[in-house]
Amino acid sequence: MNAHSSVSNETFDCRVAFSEKLIALAEADPRIVAVCNDSVGSSNLNAFRDRFPDRLINVGIAEQNMVGVAAGLANGGFIPFVCAAGPFLSGRATEQVKADVAYSNYGIVLCAMSPGMAYGELGPTHHSIEDLSWMRAIDNLDVLVPADPEQTKAAMDWAVASGRPIYMRVGRHKVPSVTPADRDVAFTFGKIDVTGDGNDVALVATGTLVSRALEAQAILAADGIAARVLNVSTIKPLDAETIIKAAKETKGLVIAEEGVLEGGLGAAVATTLAENHPARAKFLGVTSFAPTGSTDFLLEHFGLTAKGIADAARKLVG
Amino acid sequence: MTISVWPDNKPLDVAAIRDLPEGERAEQLKLVAKQVRRLIVQMIDIARAGHIGGDLSVTDALVTAAFGVLNISPETADDPGRDRLILSKGHCAAALYSVLALRGFFPIADLETYMKPLSKLNGHPNRLKVKGVEANTGPLGHGLPIAVGSAVASKLSGKNWQTFVFTGDGELQEGSNWEAAMTAAHRKLDNLVVIVDRNRLQQGARTEDTASLDPLGDKWASFGWEVADIDGNDTAALLKAFTQNRDGKPLVVIANTLKGKGVSFIEDRVEWHHKVPSKEQVELALKELA
Repeated sequence: MNAHSSVSNETFDCRVAFSEKLIALAEADPRIVAVCNDSVGSSNLNAFRDRFPDRLINVGIAEQNMVGVAAGLANGGFIPFVCAAGPFLSGRATEQVKADVAYSNYGIVLCAMSPGMAYGELGPTHHSIEDLSWMRAIDNLDVLVPADPEQTKAAMDWAVASGRPIYMRVGRHKVPSVTPADRDVAFTFGKIDVTGDGNDVALVATGTLVSRALEAQAILAADGIAARVLNVSTIKPLDAETIIKAAKETKGLVIAEEGVLEGGLGAAVATTLAENHPARAKFLGVTSFAPTGSTDFLLEHFGLTAKGIADAARKLVG
Repeated sequence: MTISVWPDNKPLDVAAIRDLPEGERAEQLKLVAKQVRRLIVQMIDIARAGHIGGDLSVTDALVTAAFGVLNISPETADDPGRDRLILSKGHCAAALYSVLALRGFFPIADLETYMKPLSKLNGHPNRLKVKGVEANTGPLGHGLPIAVGSAVASKLSGKNWQTFVFTGDGELQEGSNWEAAMTAAHRKLDNLVVIVDRNRLQQGARTEDTASLDPLGDKWASFGWEVADIDGNDTAALLKAFTQNRDGKPLVVIANTLKGKGVSFIEDRVEWHHKVPSKEQVELALKELA
């Protein structure tokens, strides 16, 4: 089943790594607090609550208030990790993210739990597929999408050290580890991690799509098509240099993301290409409100699979 | 055109007001409030823009908190334990800027740049541009959640500062306020004071003709708050309310005010939400505030 040797069959819920890391960070730094919206369980904060009962501020089902409270905590010297399901954090509190976090330049980590179509059968109300577009539009807000547990933990280290306003997806849908064993750090802010140096096609992916792009790379290799995989874990600011290099050195790019095509990773790549090195490209994403189905079913429905990525690549280079 | 302040050339020692006995404090605060109103009128005249009605209604409460009660000064602006004053009704920035300038956060002459290109004195306040500003407000319903976070931080850090947040009354139509009101009561934030500038007018009409707020005190009480319902243009009543026993609860001061207070032809008229007075009207206003 698994065509790429570097992609293991073992898969992980990134919230587990998130939870362990948050506790470790909080042990080391008394400024770290968690703020949530009745999402202790779904944000995997039970252990944090047991360890630091006073440092978990659960405001109830009230996302605007949640983000405002985080801004007040930041004003008071704390580093809040705001933990809530992605659709409600990004959609319900957009204006607070803009005014209270980004425009106010507070070091707050907005942790979008269960992003993309992780809530599968619960349907489009619970799918966070517009978040990358909405959050990318806000100035002075860094947008991160770690692709596996190692990246999630390393991104959290960076978030605390940087003191930046940050929006970060924390995946629920299980993914294999995609971090190559030889990397010193799993996540480098603003840098795309490249696997392989194939000159036929570049597979540009983020989050859940990275492991699928790596599998597509193996499928294409069997057909004699040499692909490189670009893991974009910092959506904003985008690593334009690596994108332009890929455009120059290959015949085209396939961009795949678990989100809408209007304004997300694909749009960011398209802008970069158009201004610097126009190239052939194919964009894969969530193109409509989803029908009922599991996350895996829906990813397949929208062609967000290794096969879907490989097929798009073949058309580009064929 | 230059801003004139303290026309008698005898500036008050505003830093000393907090230490005066209560009666004397209230009298001095009235003088400061009058100066703030003069500054507001002049700023809006120079900028030819602003929100004069709400600026003038909230002035007494702002002045009483900033000069009479809270530990707010340029010297302590970066002190982690400083008191926090948050203007949720951010469109009344002219009132806040006047207070901060009089308190020495920046030169009074800078008020002349209000809303001018590249001025630090934006139409709504920005904490990164002006020391003493605690929150980047403007969209309504943001200040109270931020204030709740500040009050939680105060207790969590053990530094025990006070947080005062000023909202409009029309602003309470934003649901985020009531989300925050629940959190504050649930967490027994007795270090938090909300001042509602109850001038009964919003941009388009009277509040009670738009989306009724009354019985406003009962609403807050039912949310678990201590309520003080007072004359919000009376510095003595404000001082008393700001220092009253809170019974382990957050306190809301419903400051019943006149929109446009201090300038007869502006008072209690809906059209003066953000109308700019003519040159003749400015002269008249300053005469009334002499």
